[in-house]
Amino acid sequence: MDKTVNQKAWFLVLPVFLVVAFSAILPLMTVVNYSMQDTFGNNQFFWNGVGWFKELLDPSTDLGERFFASLWRNLFFSTVILAIEVPLGIVVALSMPRQGWTVAACLVTMALPLLIPWNVVGTIWQIFGRPDIGLLGYVLNSIGLNYNYVSNEFDAWATVIVMDVWHWTSLVALLCYAGLKSIPDAYYQAAQIDGASRWAVFTAIQLPKMNRVLLIAVLLRFMDSFMIYTEPFVVTGGGPGNSTTFISIELVKIALGQFDLGKAAALSLVYNLIIIIVCWVFYTVMTNAGADRQANKGVA
Amino acid sequence: MARIDLVDLAHSYSGNTADPESFALKPVTMTWRQGGAYALLGPSGCGKTTLLNLISGIVTPSRGKILFDGVDITPLTTQKRNIAQVFQFPVIYDTMTVGQNLAFPLKNRGVPKAENDARVAEIARLLDLTPYLGRKATRLTADAKQKISLGRGLVRSDVAAILFDEPLTVIDPELKWQLRSKLKALHRALDLTMIYVTHDQTEALTFADTVVVMHDGRVVQSGTPAELFDRPEHTFVGYFIGSPGMNIVPAEVRGREARIDGHTIALNRSYDGLPSAAKIEIGVRPEFVDVAPPAPGLLSASIERIDDLGRVRFARVRIGDAKFSARVPPGFSIPGEAAGLIFDPSHVHVYADSRLVEGSA
Repeated sequence: MDKTVNQKAWFLVLPVFLVVAFSAILPLMTVVNYSMQDTFGNNQFFWNGVGWFKELLDPSTDLGERFFASLWRNLFFSTVILAIEVPLGIVVALSMPRQGWTVAACLVTMALPLLIPWNVVGTIWQIFGRPDIGLLGYVLNSIGLNYNYVSNEFDAWATVIVMDVWHWTSLVALLCYAGLKSIPDAYYQAAQIDGASRWAVFTAIQLPKMNRVLLIAVLLRFMDSFMIYTEPFVVTGGGPGNSTTFISIELVKIALGQFDLGKAAALSLVYNLIIIIVCWVFYTVMTNAGADRQANKGVA
Repeated sequence: MARIDLVDLAHSYSGNTADPESFALKPVTMTWRQGGAYALLGPSGCGKTTLLNLISGIVTPSRGKILFDGVDITPLTTQKRNIAQVFQFPVIYDTMTVGQNLAFPLKNRGVPKAENDARVAEIARLLDLTPYLGRKATRLTADAKQKISLGRGLVRSDVAAILFDEPLTVIDPELKWQLRSKLKALHRALDLTMIYVTHDQTEALTFADTVVVMHDGRVVQSGTPAELFDRPEHTFVGYFIGSPGMNIVPAEVRGREARIDGHTIALNRSYDGLPSAAKIEIGVRPEFVDVAPPAPGLLSASIERIDDLGRVRFARVRIGDAKFSARVPPGFSIPGEAAGLIFDPSHVHVYADSRLVEGSA
């Protein structure tokens, strides 16, 4: 069959192209453009090539040192909150009721922290932790613990981590709960008949059946925690010193505080690249696991 | 290895024990001998799975007792009863190999490794799973997975009975036959009590030596396939078993005669003193009614259509308002709609309120 050639059809793609151009391509290209240049304000720009990138990836320079320091902080933070939230989320999901009105009550209660805006979460904990008027800070100090997130690095970290755990464990728990609910009763009955202990049921049935939702949970929590900005900015402002300055906070400082657009642009591109690479790795792992399952279904 | 006795066993999911009519399983008392192959047959929702789950201990009965070899095991948990169960959908442990799956029940019971391995090897050989022992169980087909589920029951040497809950539902038709013959062979080889729940009469009749037909939470008849076919004790058994099912039509029965639609049919036995308030019906299988050309002495019927099943033809006919099936003798051609029916008196049964009535000779 002959197809009519009509180049006007390209116009149909135009709306999408325009939207994507304005929402993604143009801003990104602006950043790429900045990252290659230096400016002293006044809208005057000087070509700098890959200079900012070299500086950024060289820990002996000021920029490089700040980048790597905040990168390790980010990685440490993500590792710690994953190590806490994933097991805790599983435990919470396992201990949630399976039927009756308590299910709805549990789900709503668990969803509450997820519904609170980030900066409000930050404000809540900032006040909660204050030694003079905050319930947590006051109680800790009155039982003899010298707790002050403004001046003590450890306290600042502990506050930021506990805040994140409070805010996001629900997400992991809800995902796991959904995973657990999808396990047919026959599995538990078969395990009973096979004389499996509670632990064996967990390792042989529940954990394997949850592995997909767990991957999603880990992916979401990693990305989110790696991009964390609002809550620590509100609570600690990156301090004391630079101890809780994450990459995003550093980025805002360089871009808006010092107005070093070139450095900030180079930093944000590298930051972006790290997140994309990690997502790609996760995505590949997940689709492979999925393809595995699909193949099995095909056979069955 | 055990004889299973059900004593006045009943269950209500709502927990309301006051009204037995609302029970999912109405009180039943019966004995299943050691080494028997039993099938629980009935439509969905008839209580057969409930009965199975009561025996395996997944559900605790509202009333009554279950005895294994005379020992009351009603209060015991599933783990403590020596029961194996194969479910409708294959249950396998995803992360384990076939061998580990088979070893799982023994491992959980702390059986020494050497003994465990030997047992797994033996069961794998019986089930033709030996080549797959080292493979991940998730990668196998549904019938192999079902064999693994069964194998997990068989590895335990102390198992009292194996329960099957519609185990062939997800299996391809051509493999169903193979797996069912495998089950029969295992049953002969291992001398185990097997209880098989199904709504498929072919499965039940080919697998079991005793078929227990259930209807609306009640056991309506328990017997060999031949008994169910020849002497259904309840009209439900009549039309549930057999294809097409038994013809059941309202009739007036007096002595050795039954009157349908103004026509008299001779009966082999005498039925005097039938309860007057009861609904009286006669039941006869299509196999024992022949279609013939209309003649004065025959019950007249009008033919609606003929189903040719290959080996045999059945005519769907109408007697007054009642629908009826009858055999079309080989070589018989149908001249028109009108036909007569010839009954075989020895296979005409009389039912009062759906229950078989024994006539006197």
